[in-house]
Formats: sequence, structure tokens, C-alpha cells
Amino acid sequence: MASKLLASALRKTLTPHAPISKPSSFFRAASTAAAAVEPYEEAADGVYMKGVKISGRPLYLDMQATSPVDPRVVDAMLPYYLTRYGNPHSRTHMYGWESDSAVEAARAQVADLIGASPKEIVFTSGATECNNISVKGVMHFYKDKKRHVITTQTEHKCVLDSCRHLQQEGFDITYLPVKPDGLIDLDQLRAAIRPDTGLVSVMAVNNEIGVIQPMEEIGEICKEFKIPFHTDAAQALGKIPIDVDKWNVSLMSLSGHKVYGPKGVGALYMRRRPRIRVEPQMNGGGQERGIRSGTVPTPLVVGMGTACEIAKKEMEYDQKRISQLQERMLSGIREQLDEVVVNGSIERRYPGNLNLSFAYVEGESLLMGLKEVAVSSGSACTSASLEPSYVLRALGVDEDMAHTSIRFGIGRFTTEEEIDRAVQLTVQQVKKLRELSPLYEMVKEGINIKDIQWSQH
Amino acid sequence: MLRLVSKRLLQGSREAQLPAALTLPRLYHERVVDHYDNPRNVGSFDKNDPSVGTGLVGAPACGDVMKLQIKVGDDGKITDAVFKTFGCGSAIASSSVATEWVKGKQMEEVLTIKNTEIAKHLSLPPVKLHCSMLAEDAIKAAVKDYQTKLAKSSNGSSEASPVEKAANA
Repeated sequence: MASKLLASALRKTLTPHAPISKPSSFFRAASTAAAAVEPYEEAADGVYMKGVKISGRPLYLDMQATSPVDPRVVDAMLPYYLTRYGNPHSRTHMYGWESDSAVEAARAQVADLIGASPKEIVFTSGATECNNISVKGVMHFYKDKKRHVITTQTEHKCVLDSCRHLQQEGFDITYLPVKPDGLIDLDQLRAAIRPDTGLVSVMAVNNEIGVIQPMEEIGEICKEFKIPFHTDAAQALGKIPIDVDKWNVSLMSLSGHKVYGPKGVGALYMRRRPRIRVEPQMNGGGQERGIRSGTVPTPLVVGMGTACEIAKKEMEYDQKRISQLQERMLSGIREQLDEVVVNGSIERRYPGNLNLSFAYVEGESLLMGLKEVAVSSGSACTSASLEPSYVLRALGVDEDMAHTSIRFGIGRFTTEEEIDRAVQLTVQQVKKLRELSPLYEMVKEGINIKDIQWSQH
Repeated sequence: MLRLVSKRLLQGSREAQLPAALTLPRLYHERVVDHYDNPRNVGSFDKNDPSVGTGLVGAPACGDVMKLQIKVGDDGKITDAVFKTFGCGSAIASSSVATEWVKGKQMEEVLTIKNTEIAKHLSLPPVKLHCSMLAEDAIKAAVKDYQTKLAKSSNGSSEASPVEKAANA
């Protein structure tokens, strides 16, 4: 259905322009598509990008940065671009009504995945916006009585940055340290709570190292002290079972593009009983019950809803498959290389995230060598800086080891062949770079690197 | 039908991306990539050999360690040079270039190699300038190590481990 619609729409838009030789990129695309049998030219010579020659498309192992959109999600979204393009807030015609009911259906799909009521879901532009609304919105709303926030050192940048913003406004923030396995100490959390604590914010699954925090236990503590509990569950949605009542969360940030949905959409869960209130960060037409003004993007929201529905159906299957792939990757690498360290807890971990440190090999040079594998050394937000990851430093990873980390992200569409190829390339590259590494040579000679007085630059 | 349409769309998006991609700022100059892919003069000399000078600079905590070794002939000419580097692609390329440049030159001459020349040769961006500085330091440390060795052997005194000394330099 959707495909037919799309095809006819394409034909309609393209044919009138056909005689005019206007060199728009879209038009060029269509003309090459007419000769679809022709092989893709670029494959032979490779693509030149950022000074690196790439032959073909690299295999994608960066699922924590973003995931591809599931084709079933695209199918569900397309009609809302092409024919049902109404504004869901239009009350006077059918276009508006059908969009509105699609948005409400998507709301129910998202709510269903996390065990919430549809009335508790607010659509936003993504998890960053949700985190801003949660941290700043809650504290601004209760600012007369509550002046203190508890969070962790390994949170996502947007939570940490929101906290920093609050600090400038005079709020107190406690950044809880984490244990070497990446999990927080519950006793430390308990000890950090004050009478004026207005929010506890702990992310469910860490984006860099994939560890799963003890959500139920944290929820218990927050319940005991009657403190709102916010969690950034962008990396957890659709990957581990989420139940807002079991976790006792008051606010939860969700993202569309980490669950094979579209980019640019997210959802905020806000508990109704007991009710949590926030000060809106975006003012305007009062959409989404005034919490997030701005037209709700129907196609994106429908995409996120569908992605959640698929995730609910396939979570168990995906989990099993991804665990096997992770196992395959880790054992494949460990068989051929020594001194490979998994960063973060192995037991309490989402298997789709494998953050490894290859001792004596610098991460950036390894990434440069892994041209055919799309991976990152940590968070996409911080990969531009030369600093080692703050998450790894919070774990107490030695600074030299923090420079050697690579994050492999495995997802629904990753295949065994891709894993095998990634293992092969990684091992090959690490071996080459270790040959180049003076540190590896010293260790093989029996010199303890830690004993040397290094000159700091 | 959907397959056909999506194929068209995919091809379209690829085609459309390519010209844009070419105008993106390059992260690495092709010379950096070349030296990274085919590093010249990788290896080690015996650091206790009196004709070898070893320079070890940087620190693992900073993410860069460079070891540059020179072999000096009786006439004070550098006959051979090798390196090993732990660090980013630019650091590897900088040290690879450094070994190429010092070979066959007089010791006094190589001390005039400036980090700016290396940086210019490799078109290093500002955030990578420290890699070229490290390469310059490594050359100087290697020469210094050789000279102290020479002085010591003429005095006949026992020598300390060149690695530790170099790291202190």
C-alpha cells in the first residue's frame, strides 16, 4: 500500500520535470535509477572521505550512536508524509483528525512498551530534550523547597550539562561516583539524600559502556524518601524489559532513533500518580498538555510508536541473538589477542554494547585503521575531543587504558558475517599497531611502564 | 514494488551525498594516511649499543609515546633511524617523517628540524600540533642520549638505563 503510494507520488513529481534538464540532485538520482541494473560505480574505486579511501560501505557497529530505521517502521511512516499530512492539532477537518488518532495510537504503543498509561507520555524531539525538561523543569517547578539534585558521574552529557546549568543558578548537585564495574553504590546514594533533594537522576543503560544500573533498588530508595526519580532510558528502551511501576520512576527519557525508529523524536514519561510537575522549557501553542509546545511531527511519532511495538514483540529474540553475537565477537578477539579488557560490568550489561580496551594501542589510531568498520571510541558527542572518555575515568580506568577504548555496538540487523569480519580486521589492526607500539615492546622486555617517570606534555 | 522504490531512493540518496562529502573538511591529509598505512623505518636498535641514541618522549596518560632511535657513524653522521609510536595517526606519521628526515644527516643538522616543518609537511590541524612537537622532542632526546653515552664511554663510567634517562629528558 505504502509502496504503491510512494511510487505513484514519485512518478507524479518526476514526470512533468523530465523534459527540462534541470540538474537537481534528486532528478539525477531518478535518472540513474531508471538504469537500475547498472552496478554501483563508486564501489570499484572507493569513496574518498575525510582523507580516507573507503571501498564500499563500512559495516556498521555503532548502534549506540544511532540505529538504522527498521523497514517496517518506514512503511508505517510513509502515508503520513504523502497523503495523511494533516496537523494533528487541526480540529476542523479530516486531515487533522486522522493525524491526531495516529499520534494517539503511537502514544499507546510507546506506553505499552514501558508499562505506562498513554496519558503519561509526552512526545518531544529526543532524549536530550526529555532530559532537559526532567532535570531543569522539575527543579525549576519545585525551586522554593527543593535545592538539591543527585546524579552520577557517568550520565549522558545532556544530563550533566543541565545539572551544571542548575548549579549556576544556585542549586546543589551531587555527582555520585561509580564502582569500577560502572554501577553506583546504593549506600552512597542513600547517604547523599538530603531533606531538600528534589530529584535523583540515574541512567538505566549507559551509552558508552552499556552497564545496567540497579533501577528497582534505586526506585525503592527514592520511594522511601519520596523523591522523584528520573532515568534516561534512551539506551534501554526496547532492549531490556522496562516497567515504570517496578522501577518506580517519575520521569523517563526515551528516544526514537536508538530503537530502530526515526531520528528527531523522543518521548518523556511523566508519572500521574503521584503527579510530577515540570516547568516547560518550550513555550508556545500548548501542545502535549503545555509541557512541550510545537506541532507534534506525526510521521516521526508514528515511526517511534511502530518501533516500540516491534521492539516489544521482538525484544526477547533480539536479546538472544545479540548476546550470541557479543559472545562470538568477544571470544573471537580474545582468542587472538592478549590484554583485552572489557570496560564495565560483564554481568550487568546490555550485550549490544561491547566497550573494549586494547592495551598499548591508542584508540584513535585504531579507529583510523578500522576504515571498513564504523565504530567509535565512546560517545559520538565527545569523540571530537582528545580527552579520554569521562565515563571511563569515572570507572577508575587508568588514563593510559582510557585512551585505548573502542565501543562496538551490535544491533538487530548485525549479522554473524559482519561480526567475523570486524573481529578479523580488529585483530589484524591491533597486531600491526602493537608492533608499532613502544609500550608493548617495553612490556615484552619486562619493563613496568608504571615505574617510568614520564614527562608530561 | 517496494524493493524497487526503496532501491531507487537509496541510490538517490547515495548519489546526492557524494558531492557533499567531497567538500567536507578532511580529517587527515593524504600524507598522514600514507605514513599511517605504510610507516617507514619501524623497529628498534639495541639501546645498549654505544653508537645508538634513544629518545623516548610523551606519556601513556596523554595518549602519546614516541620512541626514536638513531644510529650514528664515526663521522657524526646518522646512518639509520627507527621509531615506534603509541598514539594517534598523526603521531605515527610525524615520527615516521622524522626518521626519514634525520637519515643521512649530520647530528647538528637534525637539531634544526622544527616541529612546524613536520606539521606543515603533514598539514596537521591545530589540535594535532603537539604530535609534531613530540617528534621534534624525540629527535633532540635521541641526539642528547647519544652524546651523553659518548661522553660517558670516553670517561669510562658505567651508564644508566638509556630508556629511563630519555624519559626524564
